[in-house]
Amino acid sequence: MTAAKTLLRSWLPPVVAAAVIFGSWEAILAILRPDGFVLPPPSEIGSAVAENFDAIITATGVTGFIIVTGLLGGVVVGAAFALLVTAFRAANETLTPLAVAVNAVPIIALAPIFNAWFGILSPRSNQAVVVVLVFFPIFINTARGLTQVEPSQIELMESYGAGKWRIMREVRIPNAMPFFFTALKLATSLAVIAAIVAEYFGGRQDALGNLITNSAGLTRYNDAWAAVLAGSLVGIGLYALAVLAERLVMPWYFVARRSA
Amino acid sequence: MNAAGAVDGVQPPAVEIRGASKIFNPGRHNEVKALEDIDLHIDQGDFVTLIGPSGCGKSTLLRLIAALVDASDGTVVVNGKTADAARLDRDYSMVFQRAGLFDWRNVSRNIELPLELMGWKAADRRRRSAEMLELVKLTEFARHHPAELSGGMQQRIAIARAMSFHPQLLLMDEPFGALDEMTREHMQNELLRIWSETRITVVFVTHSIPEAVFLSTKVAVMSPRPGRIAAVIDNDLGPRTDATRDDPAFFSNVTAVRDALRGGH
Repeated sequence: MTAAKTLLRSWLPPVVAAAVIFGSWEAILAILRPDGFVLPPPSEIGSAVAENFDAIITATGVTGFIIVTGLLGGVVVGAAFALLVTAFRAANETLTPLAVAVNAVPIIALAPIFNAWFGILSPRSNQAVVVVLVFFPIFINTARGLTQVEPSQIELMESYGAGKWRIMREVRIPNAMPFFFTALKLATSLAVIAAIVAEYFGGRQDALGNLITNSAGLTRYNDAWAAVLAGSLVGIGLYALAVLAERLVMPWYFVARRSA
Repeated sequence: MNAAGAVDGVQPPAVEIRGASKIFNPGRHNEVKALEDIDLHIDQGDFVTLIGPSGCGKSTLLRLIAALVDASDGTVVVNGKTADAARLDRDYSMVFQRAGLFDWRNVSRNIELPLELMGWKAADRRRRSAEMLELVKLTEFARHHPAELSGGMQQRIAIARAMSFHPQLLLMDEPFGALDEMTREHMQNELLRIWSETRITVVFVTHSIPEAVFLSTKVAVMSPRPGRIAAVIDNDLGPRTDATRDDPAFFSNVTAVRDALRGGH
């Protein structure tokens, strides 16, 4: 198959699917004509984006920064916890119950409290919500990947006289990569949700979350939808980056598997 | 290749086990006596199989030699030193039932793994890896990934990896147990070819009587609960060929091993 054909084959289905979805959305609303606040057609959301382009770009930048920094923070802390817990029994016995307890807290509910800690207008509180929410899936999945190693591979390394850290580097960490990236892809959408919902309660006034609540409060639903669209695009972009990183970091995972 | 620990120029036996036992979880409700009063002597260059029903402790005995499991009692001496010293000196190498290749390394780099751990230079590793691929006749697959190979090919790579640093002793834990019969016989021939070319000492765990008789110079028959060595049968069939599998001497030794296994119950 030529490169152009491969490209077409991978891009054509989602493009067609999107065209069909947005086309029927537009068509059905044109027929039913509900009030605009129920659901505006894509064309009106499009013009709302065009009208508020500068505000939306600014808000996307502000919220995007919170999402990306929060995501990175959660990934670093989650992966570090997973490594500690795998390497040290004592860490496992103390950190794992702690992490589980933190996860049981409805973290979004903490957003107003974080505002009190970090200041109502500070993006720090929003970042904190994202970090805490991203942390857990990264931690749990990475820890599973680090421990769910074929026992004979560990025995093999021990038979070569390899120590704990060498086994960590050569076996556990590569083994955890598919688990980590699965969690990372999940975490991208979690981070978008966490940031926007956290912004409903505070943080900078020119962020996407505020744009959504303010527009909805003024019954400018088209503008609210335009902001939701911007948030979705950030989520899709981050997901695509995670997929790309996965391909670059572990190309071995995608080699054609021979059926057993 | 001189064994370290040799005294007065005399090579110590490859393995010397005296009065070894192994109790898992001693003093707990799930205490298991896996091995009891094991004596085993293996000379350099021997090919010894450990055979017995499941639960007879044959894999545990292999791990005792490998120092992956410590003996609860008795002594395990490998090449004239403690099993753990032999492990740290990389006197032996192991092959498991599952090839256990690392998906994130291509075939050549899988074979180089022990050499990397030993701090070899890249160029030397490449050269040795190529030699080993030649030994197992898979040279053209150097750059493939393990997932692209069949089970038999993966196990040949695992053997190449095990042999890469020229260990004196090869410990194999049911290495062909997961292979189909045709591949298994082919692998047995290949292993014997490698053994005769390198004169390495092999300890081979299996539960297949024909496999044990076809491969080894000595068959240690084990009985279960607790694991003991019921008999050590000399199995001198001379150089093996495919015709050996139809030889009357082969069948009479198969019968001898089977009788010993029954007697152990």
